[in-house]
Amino acid sequence: MKNMQTATWPKVKTAGFDGFLISFGDQLNEPANRAALAFRDALERAGLAAVQETSTSLVSTYLRFDPLAFDHEAMRGELTALLAERNWFDADLPKGRKLWRVPTVYEGDFAPQLDEAAQAAGLTTAEAIASISTSRVRVQTIGFAPGMPYLGALPEVWNIPRQTALNAQTPAGGLCVAIRQLVLFPVATPTGWRHIGQTAFRLFRPETDAPFALRPGDEVVFEQTTPEAFAKMQNDPDGGAVNEVIA
Amino acid sequence: MNRTLTVLRAGPAMSVQDQGRAGYLAFGLSRSGAVDGLALLEGAALLGQDPRLAALEMGGMGGEFAVSETTRVALTGAPMRASIDGVNIQWNASHLLEAGQRLSIGAATSGSYGYLHLGGGINGAEVLGAQSAHLAAGIGKMLGDGDTVSIGPDTQTLTGQKIAAEPRFDGGTVRIVPSLQTEFFARSEIARFEATSFKRDTRGNRMGVRIIPDGDGFKTEAGLSVLSEVIVPGDVQVTGDGTPFVLLSECQTTGGYPRIGSVLPMDLPCVAQARAGATLQFQFVTLQEAVALERREAVRRKTLRGSVQPMIRNPHDIADLLSYQLISGATAGDDLERDIS
Repeated sequence: MKNMQTATWPKVKTAGFDGFLISFGDQLNEPANRAALAFRDALERAGLAAVQETSTSLVSTYLRFDPLAFDHEAMRGELTALLAERNWFDADLPKGRKLWRVPTVYEGDFAPQLDEAAQAAGLTTAEAIASISTSRVRVQTIGFAPGMPYLGALPEVWNIPRQTALNAQTPAGGLCVAIRQLVLFPVATPTGWRHIGQTAFRLFRPETDAPFALRPGDEVVFEQTTPEAFAKMQNDPDGGAVNEVIA
Repeated sequence: MNRTLTVLRAGPAMSVQDQGRAGYLAFGLSRSGAVDGLALLEGAALLGQDPRLAALEMGGMGGEFAVSETTRVALTGAPMRASIDGVNIQWNASHLLEAGQRLSIGAATSGSYGYLHLGGGINGAEVLGAQSAHLAAGIGKMLGDGDTVSIGPDTQTLTGQKIAAEPRFDGGTVRIVPSLQTEFFARSEIARFEATSFKRDTRGNRMGVRIIPDGDGFKTEAGLSVLSEVIVPGDVQVTGDGTPFVLLSECQTTGGYPRIGSVLPMDLPCVAQARAGATLQFQFVTLQEAVALERREAVRRKTLRGSVQPMIRNPHDIADLLSYQLISGATAGDDLERDIS
């Protein structure tokens, strides 16, 4: 069973000179994703003096520490002891999660690769829009670029590969799809993911007190809107998005 | 009055950098900061000030500068041709720049990134706790012609000092530790990686540099099926065609390419400074060896100020030689500073 603490998982490895990675699996699955988030939270609460920073990726928790103050074996010992405290795979999702409804345009130049993505998924364009715009997806991790969410899981039909070639530049707010996941870009970036919709949602707001709009565990629905309505949302940092606390 | 430095003419890749903003990895924001962190420490040692103060990072070449009021400056990192009002000045040294004078900094003679430090540091706005520009994230910007930066208060007066910079501007051998995915590579590939000479590609920036092996690229069984995982500066990721990239301070925070190892933090400036065509080699060390090396380097860096010495000037370069007291063969020792009052 994937969602059991076993002899194989979790694994503790060093990451570079001054880090450790605690992995709860080698492929994306929900219990491992929850375990990584819960373990990071526990690590933050444990307040180990040598720990300088923690984060999560899809199914792992990372920590950076000062190896000159606390040696690697001692840190490994602390991590092993903390891991033994419970079965992390049955941990709850983080508290204070939000549900965001983000208006998204799925047509024309706002969705240049929608037809192609729909075809790869074996759907008509209309079916693809219906599927994506009603799927409630969860932020599995934030990474790559500031505030950038990886969201999932989409229905199995969306298990389509990334393109082998990169799009030269997908705009900020671009919604892209591959491998049952959606990504939303905070800044314009080259990508191998297919650009299927456009939002005006600002993920990264460095000049404000709340610089990152989304957190792991938040849920999002990319609801369909029209280009006309979208034009009016451009000056709103939330791009017309609304949110409510769900847990 | 607020002192300012004006960039009269900017080189192609000039930005304000300090030690960066750690703590936002969980939100996808890498720490940024000077790609050659050692240069910040050397500049701080020369000016006798806090190494956390921000400086100007200049990629490839410098520019021309003027100050609104007399300001101490120091030059570190990749050596560049520099002069004040046409008179050549030493690199890895501190100088006095008076209002109205023009500081010209040309192309790097070796290495990639030079640093201009100001007495009192750059006193710009902080974003998320640091002044460092993070160009990929849209924080800060490249400085251009006519831009000004504000200079912090300076309580000191000492200039005319020099420091022997740690050599790191011509490539060389850098130490690397095994990391997350090193075991995905066969032992024979690891051995070949260590035996290979790499040339720093023309493709490189603050995010990372591509290094081209003198033989075949590097392969792993895991190939492209590796799950995206955390990336930290120093990681050596092997891209789809087998060519490695060494990641620097402005790197992305996650990536799906396997990492063959991670460069020791103390050796990363050597990678960042290697210019296109420079040769780099990699040598694996154990974590225990890495800790011992970093510990020794941490001590050396803490005592950098002790290695700062007065510049010995050639009498031919001293315009007002006759005003110096030379008869006893010694001076009061304050000749280099006494014009600051």
